[in-house]
This record gives sequence, structure tokens and C-alpha cells, in this order.
Amino acid sequence: MVDIPADTGLAARRPSRLEGLRALARSNIYFAIASIVVALFILSATFAPLVSPHPPLDQDMAAFMSPPLTENHILGTDSFGRDLLARTIYGARYALAIGFGAVLIGALGGLIVGVAAGLSGGVTEWALMRFIDALLALPSLIMAIAFISILGQGVDKVILAVGVALIGPFSRTVRADVLQVKAQAFVEAAGLMGVKRLAIIWRHILPNVIFPLAVQATIRVSYAVLVSSGLSFLGIGVAPPTPDWGLMIAEGRSFVSFAPWIAGVPGTALAILLIALSIVGDGVREHFDPKLRKQG
Amino acid sequence: MLLFAAGKVLQTLMVLLIVSAVSFTLLKLAPGDPIQIMLGTEYSPEAYTSLMKQLGLDRSMIEQYLRWLGSFVTGDWGVSYVSKAPIFQFAVVEALPVTLTLAASALALSVLIGVPLGVLAATRRGSIWDAATSVFTLTGTSFPSFYLGILLIWLFGVKFGLFPTMGFVAPWEDFWAGVSHLTLPAITLSIYFLAMIVRMTRANLIEVLEQPYIAAARARGEPNWRVVWVHGLRNILMPLVTILGLQLGALLQGAVLTETVFSLPGVGQMITNAVLNREYGIVQAGVMITACLFITTNLIVDLAYPYLDPRLRPR
Repeated sequence: MVDIPADTGLAARRPSRLEGLRALARSNIYFAIASIVVALFILSATFAPLVSPHPPLDQDMAAFMSPPLTENHILGTDSFGRDLLARTIYGARYALAIGFGAVLIGALGGLIVGVAAGLSGGVTEWALMRFIDALLALPSLIMAIAFISILGQGVDKVILAVGVALIGPFSRTVRADVLQVKAQAFVEAAGLMGVKRLAIIWRHILPNVIFPLAVQATIRVSYAVLVSSGLSFLGIGVAPPTPDWGLMIAEGRSFVSFAPWIAGVPGTALAILLIALSIVGDGVREHFDPKLRKQG
Repeated sequence: MLLFAAGKVLQTLMVLLIVSAVSFTLLKLAPGDPIQIMLGTEYSPEAYTSLMKQLGLDRSMIEQYLRWLGSFVTGDWGVSYVSKAPIFQFAVVEALPVTLTLAASALALSVLIGVPLGVLAATRRGSIWDAATSVFTLTGTSFPSFYLGILLIWLFGVKFGLFPTMGFVAPWEDFWAGVSHLTLPAITLSIYFLAMIVRMTRANLIEVLEQPYIAAARARGEPNWRVVWVHGLRNILMPLVTILGLQLGALLQGAVLTETVFSLPGVGQMITNAVLNREYGIVQAGVMITACLFITTNLIVDLAYPYLDPRLRPR
């Protein structure tokens, strides 16, 4: 086991990062609003049983397809008489859990493949790079569909399928970061001093790769939510009667001519969350990654 | 130049080979025994072994892969269990043209509208136009396309009754019916690209317009439109083509969702139905078609660089 000394440099830098985000929120009004919106979604998803006016699966036999502003159902009901506001609030749980879960799997897998590709060199590196190329040759949704066809439907399977589909993009950026760190003088110095290879990876390379990876992960959450709700919209993701937004929008597609709110309520929630998440992701990226700033 | 092209082509074939090996392995991992599916519930052990021999499933994995690759390359993609039709006919002859037509119209729409909008925003920085485009690019790149499609159906199909909301008519058979059927799907699919192109055009043009050669062109007394549309645009072609190549994957996956919203019988709908029917051969065909399209386009983009930018031509 390697003894890790308290890294005072890192500890001193950390608060400044948070400070920086706070300064960003003050200077960028969009970022501030988007952060609040995302926080509201997370809060209502966490406390869904307290916030929701009804349980998500309860059917109101007296109110099928009621339009919004009906008594008892502020945002209306669907074709089974289920409250749309309640289902949308519970749906936030699935959207966020799947989005964050998938990004976590993708980031972890990307970290392992990327570090391995960046450090191995020779034939192994070549093979890993071609493997990453192959992963990148398929759009995430198509790859997730291929995995779903083998795994079957369900929340856990969607998280896994979308997560694995995200490994390609993550591993490419991790490898680029590893190559950059590897070329630094301090890594070479540690090697010359006789520090063990694993210790170099753990102490010098990983800490310098993790932070950019976390920034990448923030950006990709909205993408993961989009892909997973797309899977459910296609009818091959989460299975009914789960209150998943993608499923709800797909159901509303059939009634769009006379009950547009059935797709409209969850669709608007999804659109707002995705826009807010991508503003937050862009803000975080622009703030921490000066290389990407000019792409604006 | 030729060496460069040959290297790129070789690399592309390599990636395709790996994709095919991965997708073949995935197919083998799929639950369910294909022989049982083909024979139904009642069959004799002899029938089982003879069919296994006939299909070559008793051989080693590598041998099976090579045989599969051989028949894949020659267009023998097997037969669908459900429709009993050859998969190649179904996937490449019937579904692929639908998806390509949809993708091409969306791409054309987004380039034709996106570039001028981006130029407008870049040349009038800080104006109301610029502010409007920045809001549009922000929402356009993250708005879920399938929900946008439903909104368009509701607005233009149901409320105004302007366009049909379902099905595909080939524009080369009946042009106007084809165009009216394609309008809403193409708009749905194009919004993401439109926003992306506006954003890229604006950002790159702003940078290019600050270059010395633009100042030189202005100093020579060239009219403003010529400076922007000739000298300016010529120099943002590279990043624009790069981003289009890289985003082609997004175009293909957007097409899958758009096809489902508008019931278009393309590759996307083919894959989705195949997943529901557990027809792994068709899923695999769809995966291979998508990968081929994506990789080939990126190859073309790579090969186009030296033509777009003379500085990149090998001397």
C-alpha cells in the first residue's frame, strides 16, 4: 500500500474552485438560473412523495384525459386517469437517477480504458485505441439499443446500456489528458527517482486526470438523460407503467390530436431539465477548461 | 497524397472490422437459442443437430465469424424470422433510402439556413439578432428532438392541418407528396444541427474577421459582402466540415427517434422493431449500416481537408 501524504497543495486549491463557481454564478445570470432549476428538479425528485399531489400510479376513474387546470389535477390526467403532475415529479427521479448513474458508469469505464491506453504504449495501446475508435464509430443511442436488445428492458438495464455507450467518448478524453500529464517533468522526475509505476499512476497521474474527467461528466449528464429518455420513447427502455418521461411522451404521441397535454407536460419538463443541465455543463466547462473557451 | 489516402482507407477498414467483430460477439451473447427459435416448441434432437450443422453453429467461434463476415460482405445477411424476407433487401434496399433522404434533407436545411444566420449574428455582434440567435442555439442544441417532433405535429399537423404527420412518400416517385411528408420530420431532425451550425459559424467567423488578411482585403477596398462571404466563409469551411463529420452520429441517432415520431419506415424503425421482436440479425444489420455510414463519412471529411485548405496539401 502506498502511503499518501496529506497534499496541502490540493487541499488549498479546492475551495478556490468552489469560489470560482460562485463567482461564475454571480457574473453569468443564465448559469445562476440554470443551477437553480437543476437544484429544484433534484429536490423535487428526492422528496417526490412529499411534493407530489397524488401517487404516480393512482387512477382517477372520474377524470380520464382531463385537460390542465381541472379540479384536483392542476396539469391534467393521462388516458388512464393518472395525475400528470405527479407522474412528472416521479419521472424526474428516473431521469436523474438514470442520467447520473449512466454517466458514473461511463466515466469509470472511460477512466480505466483511457488510463490503460495512455500508459501502455506499443501493441496494447494500438489495440486499445482501435477499440476506442470502434466504440466511437457508433452513435450512443444506437449502441445503447444494441445493448438493450441483449440485456432486455428495465431501469437498471437502461443505466448499464447508456453507461457502456458513453465509455468511448470518456476514454478518448482521459487518454488525451494522460498523455499530457505523462509528458510533464514531475512524472519523469518521479520515474527517475525510482518511484514505483503504480505509485506514479496513483499519486501523480490520477489526480491530474480526475478533475477534467469530473468536468466532462457534468457536461455529459444532459446527454445521458436525453439518450435514456429516447430509449424509453422508442418503447425499448424503461417498461410501463413506470412514470418515465420518455414513455409518457410516447404515450402522449397517440393522443396528440385531442389531448396534447399528455405529451406536453412531461415533454416540457424534459426540455427544461435538458436545457438547464446543458447551460450548467457549458458554464462549468468554460470556467475550468480554457482550451474550450473560444468555441463558445 | 495517395499514400495519405491509402493510409486513411486502411485505418477505416480496420475500425469497421473491429466493429463487425464486436457486433458479432454481441449477437452471440444474445439470450435465446436461434435453432430453438427457428424450430419452434416441438422438434427432434436429430432435427436440432442437423440444423446446427447446416447453419455451421457447431464450428469454432472464429470460423463462424469468418463465415458470417464473408456472407455479410457479399450481401447475404440472412432471413428475418418474422417477415421471412431477406434482411439485406429489407435493410439496404427499403429502409436505408428513407433514412438517407431524411438525413440529407435535414442536413441541407440546417446548412442553408444555419450559415446565413451565423453570418448575420457574427457581423452584427451585440444586436438583437445576435441575442436572438444565442438564445436559439442554447435551446436548439439541447431540446429533445422527439418532443419537438410531437410539438410540430400538434401545431402544423393538427392545429393548422398544413402537413401530413405520418408515413413516407419517396420524393423521386411523387415529388410534392414526398416533400410535404418530409417537411416536419426534416425540420425536427435539423434543429440540433441548425443550432450547432449557427453557433460554429458565428464563433469561427468572428475569429476569422479579426485576421490580418481580412483587414488587407478591406484595405484593398473590397466590398463588405465580398469580404464576409468570400474571404470570411472560405476560411470557416474547415471547422464547419469537421463538426459536421463528427456530428453525423448525432444525425443518425436523431433519425432513429424522428422516424419513430413520424412513423417513417427507415433504419431506425427497423432496429427498434427488431429489438422488440428479438430479431438480433436485424439489430446487427442496423448497427453495421450505421457504423459504415458514420465511418465512411468521416473518411470523406478527412480526405476533403487538403481540398478545403491548401495549407494541408502534402508537398
